[in-house]
Amino acid sequence: MATINLSINGNKYVVDADPKTPLLWVLRDKLNLSGTKYGCGIAQCGACTILLDGDAVRSCQLAVSVVENKKITTIEGLSENGDHPIQKAWLEYDVPQCGYCQAGQIMSAVSLLERNPKPTDEEIDSAMNGNLCRCGAYVRIKAAIKSASNSI
Amino acid sequence: MTSIKTSLGRRSFLKVSVLSSGGLMLGFNSLLSCTAKTEKEVQALPKEWFELNGYLKIGENGVVSIMSPNPEGGQNVKTSMPMIVAEELDVAWENVIVEQAPLNTAAFSRQFIGGSQAIRQGWKTLRMAGATARQMLREAAAQTWQVSAEEITTAGGVLYHKNSGKSAGYGEMASAAAKIEVPEEVKLKDKKDFKIIGTSQKNVDGKKIVTGKPLFGMDIYREGMLYAMIVHPPAFGMKLKSVDDTAARAMPGIKDIFTVKSMEDDYERLFFDTCTFPEVVAVIGTGTWEVMNAKKELKIEWEPFSEHTISRDAFGQKQTITIPSGLESTATHLSKMAEMKDKQVTVARKDGNPEEAFKNAAQIIERTYTAPFLAHNCMEPMNFFAHVTPEKAELAGPLQKPELTEKTLAARLGMPVEKIDIQMTRLGGGFGRRSYAHFLLEAALISQKVEAPVKLIYSREDDMTSGIYRPAYSATYRAALDEQNNLIAFHVKAGGIPESPLEENRFPAGAVDNYLAEEWTINSNLTTGSFRAPRSNFMGAVEQSFLDEVAEAAGKDPIEFRLELLDRAAKNPVGENNDYDPGRYAGVLQLVREKSDWNSPVTGVHRGVSAYFCHNSYVAQVIDLTLEKDKPVIERVCCAVDCGIVVNPDAATNLAEGAIVDGIGNALFGAMTFKEGVPEKNNFHNYRMIRHGEAPKSIDVHFAQNDLDPTGMGEPTFPPALSALANALYKASGKRYYHQPFMAEIPSEG
Repeated sequence: MATINLSINGNKYVVDADPKTPLLWVLRDKLNLSGTKYGCGIAQCGACTILLDGDAVRSCQLAVSVVENKKITTIEGLSENGDHPIQKAWLEYDVPQCGYCQAGQIMSAVSLLERNPKPTDEEIDSAMNGNLCRCGAYVRIKAAIKSASNSI
Repeated sequence: MTSIKTSLGRRSFLKVSVLSSGGLMLGFNSLLSCTAKTEKEVQALPKEWFELNGYLKIGENGVVSIMSPNPEGGQNVKTSMPMIVAEELDVAWENVIVEQAPLNTAAFSRQFIGGSQAIRQGWKTLRMAGATARQMLREAAAQTWQVSAEEITTAGGVLYHKNSGKSAGYGEMASAAAKIEVPEEVKLKDKKDFKIIGTSQKNVDGKKIVTGKPLFGMDIYREGMLYAMIVHPPAFGMKLKSVDDTAARAMPGIKDIFTVKSMEDDYERLFFDTCTFPEVVAVIGTGTWEVMNAKKELKIEWEPFSEHTISRDAFGQKQTITIPSGLESTATHLSKMAEMKDKQVTVARKDGNPEEAFKNAAQIIERTYTAPFLAHNCMEPMNFFAHVTPEKAELAGPLQKPELTEKTLAARLGMPVEKIDIQMTRLGGGFGRRSYAHFLLEAALISQKVEAPVKLIYSREDDMTSGIYRPAYSATYRAALDEQNNLIAFHVKAGGIPESPLEENRFPAGAVDNYLAEEWTINSNLTTGSFRAPRSNFMGAVEQSFLDEVAEAAGKDPIEFRLELLDRAAKNPVGENNDYDPGRYAGVLQLVREKSDWNSPVTGVHRGVSAYFCHNSYVAQVIDLTLEKDKPVIERVCCAVDCGIVVNPDAATNLAEGAIVDGIGNALFGAMTFKEGVPEKNNFHNYRMIRHGEAPKSIDVHFAQNDLDPTGMGEPTFPPALSALANALYKASGKRYYHQPFMAEIPSEG
């Protein structure tokens, strides 16, 4: 066990954890930030996507010790009132079906648009391909990303 | 207007209540540490609620809270079902908040997900709930104003009396209305007067989803809660022999390790009590990661089990089911299924004289199709929260058939149903898998033993390798054409492991003079069960591929060929038990023909069509694909649906889009294979799922316009996608696809 300092959504946290614990389980079990989802545990589904210093990463493969003092953003901290352009676009297109994968989809989309504000369809596919949606909301996800892209 | 007899109990289970804290009083929210209300709720929560029946209550400020009785798993019933209540209540949708109802079989009917029946079977009850409350409000206003209730009209949550010029909001009359007797009969709105039904309304949980609020079973947190996971046999056909947990117990954060038997050997199971592995090892600790690590340190011996029987009460029908011993493999399954083609099997339906017709045929087409076992792979792995004490059992989590599970749990715990409380959380996907609730039993037994609240989580690997899979199927079709290319005989011989997918009374039964439908089964110890559009997901996929080939052999356009058969079935049907309406069937084909511009082919665009009837609805689809370096790219899917009245068109469209993507994904990639009883895929690195880049570029969904009561939506849009894809792939490549998943035979996908 080790004492680890984390900076999540602008808040400072001090947690006692095995340094090898994936950030995902620290978020979910220790900090009760359950918006970040467990889907596969091997970085194949994208449900656990968070932003690390602005880049989309899979928190299930990220030991908590290596993210100490880095800027972590989870779905809960994406905006104060759920009004990030991506979140607004998701609501406008009523994207979610079951909704379980959507936090991960949103975080990947946010990272994409920050790097590339006007992505082509192929660039969207490429950036989002690591995020599975079992309900098959892909068409709406793409439409929402394009809409958000036009609004920023 | 239609009149309807009411059957709602008076204030069926809630008491008129004053909210002290301003929070929602009920449900899952109370389990969560950081419940947040939507903006609408914060702004509008009334000081007092008046309950008019179990489905709705009205605040003194006019805000209406409507219960959504069924579990929500992405079908959007949590929005669509309350819309139906709101319509008859005659309130503005903006003034409605929705709550997930608790499991209460006395107050609500059919609280489960399955068969695409929520809207169809809820339709009358939900309308009645709204209409009854509206009538009570009118009565209350009539008494207050000393006028006849018949003279009182409503609109948008306001009561009006034209002659006196009086008016009052529902909130003002709610207190008085709560004292009015429930009317024995109420009038329902004319469908032409619908203001909410038929309009697109946003998902009521949309904001919570996009802001990451805790909605799912996986998100439940309770002070002092422990985390549990299971270890199950590595192969079907095996059971637990011995456990050495010495090393695992010494791991940090581990509280206990023991075996859990979710179903006793002599327990008479209910229909949905399918249980993957009745005995598993449970590891309990202070965090998921700790438990995951300790699982790896367990030393467990497994042994093959012997053939045995289980008894089952399948909705009143007593059955004894034999579970064979042995470690099964996909290669053996395929050869066993292939052997059935030439065996004598059970005749399910026979019209005319098919043997004679085949003898006289100018041309016979025979094709055999197979499809593998499929894992459901819900994005939210199986999980459940349980807190069982001697006094009560409190459970919460994602479940499709809570009202059936409640009985099973009561039997297992030896506790009356009254002491069991099951809260329904949002389901991170169901697709049939969550109809089977052995994980709930495991959670309850673990909590009982450790005397603490427990959240049981299946790892992705556990979820995928202890599946209740879609059965593997095979079907051989034969069609006989005469010299004028008329279809004179049709023969289907279908079966599966362990169930037959045959629907002998579906199209083209009724459209062919000589018809034979036969079926067979092969027993297995793999656990199987419902998967989106059970049986139809295979029959719709292969029958519509076969008909495409028959149409081609007959030299006919595939839509025209189907329409001719449907015309025959309408005008002069063969047999009496045909379970489809040929007119509605033809309607969706005509609609898809028009909307897809079927008659205006485009060079380089390859098109396949399919149409299927299941779950009371009719669906036709046209898939347009192009080839990019031999790789199929799906440009467009055009979908026509006849599901009667569409309650929430954009939500229904979303569901159809998802089903189409799901169908294409499973056709291309879906397969669970086995070797010596071991599932060969255990996570998303080796179980291929459709991803963003493989989804259609566009999907357009068109609904038949009619006034018929609504029918199924979640399932019927799924099967046609598989066959429309197979037919489009044929047009592109000249190759027919008989064996799912097609990926194996598409070089660029392999």
